[in-house]
Amino acid sequence: MKLPSILTSLAISAVSFLFLSAITVSQADPLKVGFVYVGPIGDHGWSYEHNEGRLAVEKKFGGKVKTTYVEKVPEGADAQRVINQLASTGHNLIFTTSFGYMNPTLKVAKKHPKVHFEHATGFKRDKNVSTYSGRFYEGRHVAGLIAGKMTKSNVIGYVASFPIPEVIRGINAVSIAARSVNPKVKIKVVWVSTWFDPGKEADAAKTLVDQGADIIMQHTDSPAPVQVAEKRGVWALGQASDMTAFGPKAHLTAIIDNWAPYYISRTQAVLDGTWKSGDTWGGFKSGMVLMAPYNKAIPKDVVAMAEKARIGIIDGSVHAFTGPIKDQSGKIVVPAGKVASDGMLLGMNFYVQGVEGKIPQ
Amino acid sequence: MIIEFVIPALLTIITASTPLVFAAIGEIVVEKSGVLNLGVEGMMIVGAVGAFAVTVKTGNPYIGVIAGAFSGLLLSFIFGFLTLYLYSNQVATGLALTIFGVGLSALLGHEFVGQTINSLPKLNTPFFSDIRGLGPLVFEQDFMVYLSVFMAILVTWFLMRTRWGLALRAVGENHDAAHSIGFSVTLIRLFAILFGGAMAGLGGAYLSLAHTPLWVENMSAGRGWIALALVVFASWRPWRAFFGAYLFGGITIIQLHAQGFGVDVPSQVLSMLPYLVTIIVLVMISRDDFRIRISAPACLGKSFHPHG
Repeated sequence: MKLPSILTSLAISAVSFLFLSAITVSQADPLKVGFVYVGPIGDHGWSYEHNEGRLAVEKKFGGKVKTTYVEKVPEGADAQRVINQLASTGHNLIFTTSFGYMNPTLKVAKKHPKVHFEHATGFKRDKNVSTYSGRFYEGRHVAGLIAGKMTKSNVIGYVASFPIPEVIRGINAVSIAARSVNPKVKIKVVWVSTWFDPGKEADAAKTLVDQGADIIMQHTDSPAPVQVAEKRGVWALGQASDMTAFGPKAHLTAIIDNWAPYYISRTQAVLDGTWKSGDTWGGFKSGMVLMAPYNKAIPKDVVAMAEKARIGIIDGSVHAFTGPIKDQSGKIVVPAGKVASDGMLLGMNFYVQGVEGKIPQ
Repeated sequence: MIIEFVIPALLTIITASTPLVFAAIGEIVVEKSGVLNLGVEGMMIVGAVGAFAVTVKTGNPYIGVIAGAFSGLLLSFIFGFLTLYLYSNQVATGLALTIFGVGLSALLGHEFVGQTINSLPKLNTPFFSDIRGLGPLVFEQDFMVYLSVFMAILVTWFLMRTRWGLALRAVGENHDAAHSIGFSVTLIRLFAILFGGAMAGLGGAYLSLAHTPLWVENMSAGRGWIALALVVFASWRPWRAFFGAYLFGGITIIQLHAQGFGVDVPSQVLSMLPYLVTIIVLVMISRDDFRIRISAPACLGKSFHPHG
């Protein structure tokens, strides 16, 4: 009676063993590059874009590299096992693409001093561990300008995931940009406490539309909010990748994470032997952040304004957080003529004027 | 003013709750027959991908609904075969079924990621739909919402008022006794499992055809587990499961609305609320040892060996 259940568990462990040993390939001449993803590559968001970067590396270097990826790796102990497995099977460059892989990456890096590690969105580095992330708030600035011009109800609905600086920074960038072209704009934020739950994201978007928002923005990974906007006849802004397919009429534009240039340059550095540990926080300028094609329904002058801001950010004449910036109580946090420091941006834990409600503590 | 806010909220609550109703009522029938199938999440997600894929291929969401039910049923057949004929442990097999279902759906759904479909149409009842407020709420849902109410009635009637319902409960209470008076325990359980699979598949179909008409991996996001909790919450009664699903869906949506209105309660607490309420009710029910014992099928989770 117990035998079949033992068989079942044996089968499961056999499958997972095969899965892990599938990445054990004998060491060959090409540079082996490993990627660890937190989500499925089919999420159409975060992990999808990292995988696009991997494909770009393969395309660029052809036979000179060999890439491996492991998807849906939970943050924590499993991550450490997977990263270690990659490091001990001849992968010489490993990208770990979620914040929660920070400590596992550092631990494995200590054991494999000759392997180069790249950790996305983290802040701890080592001799063989670099960090990198995107200045997505630059994209939010452009999106906010468009939203401020396009809204009729003056309410922008924001589906937010978790109250961490990265997300709060995005909300604030939108509020500042939108109010610079339309001072009546208010940002309504609904937190869903998840990165990925299409149903809940859709419910939150519906709620925001019901409460008067005619622009839906999101900092969650599924295209469900865009779809709700399409159905309800309001505007939407996509997240991480071009989500036009899910709302051809509603989708104004999207902020695209574009990892390909960075992944290619880091792979090149390892091939050339010039790889050094460092921290990269790239935006429009380095091509790490892109805007999806603008919806044809956006008036020409609004597109021109958006493009002007994007080009201004590239040449340094525009910054998404330019003073005077006031917090919700009206206190000036960035004085006129100054821009927020990277330190302030990285630790942002307050709402600026125009955002409704309080940050969940 | 009130109608403007309450009606849209109620509409959202209905779509959020309907998948849970299907899955929970299906699982009640399974558990009433004495089988604990923890694979609801797996059957749901496979139902979601099956429904979506067939809708993409045929362009007809109604055929998609049938395909969703059938996909869930097929997956549950694996569970039925393993537990009833090979006597594998129900808990382990059910858990494996969920892991298997999530993986299988990702594999099958690979080519459908990013595709769009026409979602399940809302019905339009002439005259009644025009009633202000009430019209859209009661008379303008897609057919699966009505089907979920109908299934709650049907299952209640079947379990409590029919001979076969009695047989199913007998098998769940004492399979040896049921066997000795000539019922085929294995066959009755198999049918119950298949019914539960089809219902979970319908719940999944509702997710990918009506709630969020798209396919992305893992889109059921734990709803199968909530359905399982609802079964205990409802102490194995279909109507209580129905209201439990609406209570859960309702609190989920109301907390989103409260956030939008700027209610100053930490959103994490609000997100926790539906689960918290479920746990509190569970504790209240389970506190009474006698009541939990009379409502839980006595043979729940036990394998049946016909020859001793």
